[in-house]
Amino acid sequence: MKAEQYQERKIEIAGWPVNVASYRLDEVWHSKADNVSPGAALSRASGATREEAEQKAIARAGDLLSRTRRHPV
Amino acid sequence: MENYAHPEVLVDTAWVAAHAKDPNVRVVEVDVDTKAYAEGHIPGAQAWAWNTQLCDTVRRDILSQEKFEELMAASGIAPETTLVIYGDSNNWFAAWAFWQAKIYGHKDVRLMNGGRKKWLAEGGELSTETPHPMPTHYRAQEADLSLRAFLPQAQAASAHGAAGLVDVRSPQEFTGEILAPPGLPETCQRGGHIPGARNIPWGKACNEDGTFKSAGELLDLYGAEGIDGTRPVIAYCRIGERSSHSWFVLKYLLGFDNVTNYDGSWTEWGNLVGAPVERGAVAAARGRS
Repeated sequence: MKAEQYQERKIEIAGWPVNVASYRLDEVWHSKADNVSPGAALSRASGATREEAEQKAIARAGDLLSRTRRHPV
Repeated sequence: MENYAHPEVLVDTAWVAAHAKDPNVRVVEVDVDTKAYAEGHIPGAQAWAWNTQLCDTVRRDILSQEKFEELMAASGIAPETTLVIYGDSNNWFAAWAFWQAKIYGHKDVRLMNGGRKKWLAEGGELSTETPHPMPTHYRAQEADLSLRAFLPQAQAASAHGAAGLVDVRSPQEFTGEILAPPGLPETCQRGGHIPGARNIPWGKACNEDGTFKSAGELLDLYGAEGIDGTRPVIAYCRIGERSSHSWFVLKYLLGFDNVTNYDGSWTEWGNLVGAPVERGAVAAARGRS
């Protein structure tokens, strides 16, 4: 088994930069969303298509990121 | 390899593909996302979970010598084994495992340059089988605490400049705008940074493909903030894992002699009653200057 069609893209979710990676393992698509800085995994999802896997990962990441509080400095 | 001071601590993906089944080599995956391994990993690689197997789960601490010996023995690793560690997020927690292996004196431990991301992107072979290695009898060395900084050393560095403090968190964490990486739970009472620290985010040491930047680029990155190896350096982050990555870069890729990882980091300092804290835009500007 090998990861095929590995792809990354940067998007913004809830005002935060997010890196979305996706690839196919056998017949299943996998996606992972990281906060760009520092690069911690926020969510992981799988689906029948790249779009489905990414949308699930992005939705979960959005839920977590929307809770991040910005403090005045 | 890129003119590093100690190139022997890095292997590339091709080397791992060629040696993953070598009986003298053990490959271990350590991820931020502990579910990644089950999805598929380098054939023959084992997994260590950073949050249960690479720390004391009762008190806040790294593994005891005894627990480290148990982990290595159960993983089929002997003192003379070449231990290759890789992981997601540009080897973030792989470096945490590397740091502990060096604390307990494992001689030949290396990181796979580029980590899990590069292996996936290159279409490297993956397996879902979990190996069951033959246990060994592993005897670790006494902990080498010259690799680790504790609160008193961080306080002395801040108060007297005894060492250069490098805060490797994001600029938003450094300024106090956020108390934890975006999307993660807040784990401290106050935001900001240790007075006197310079902000050099850990990820700046990596290329887009997850590999480390060249020695020249790394010297420029740290040198621009006055971190040039002429005095001791203490790296810290939130819980000590990102800073173990920067510790690896400073100590092994650049060859600086006196580099320690303050794993108490901001979750210790930012929760201390009465600890001095710098925060805000002025501090941020100074940190980037």
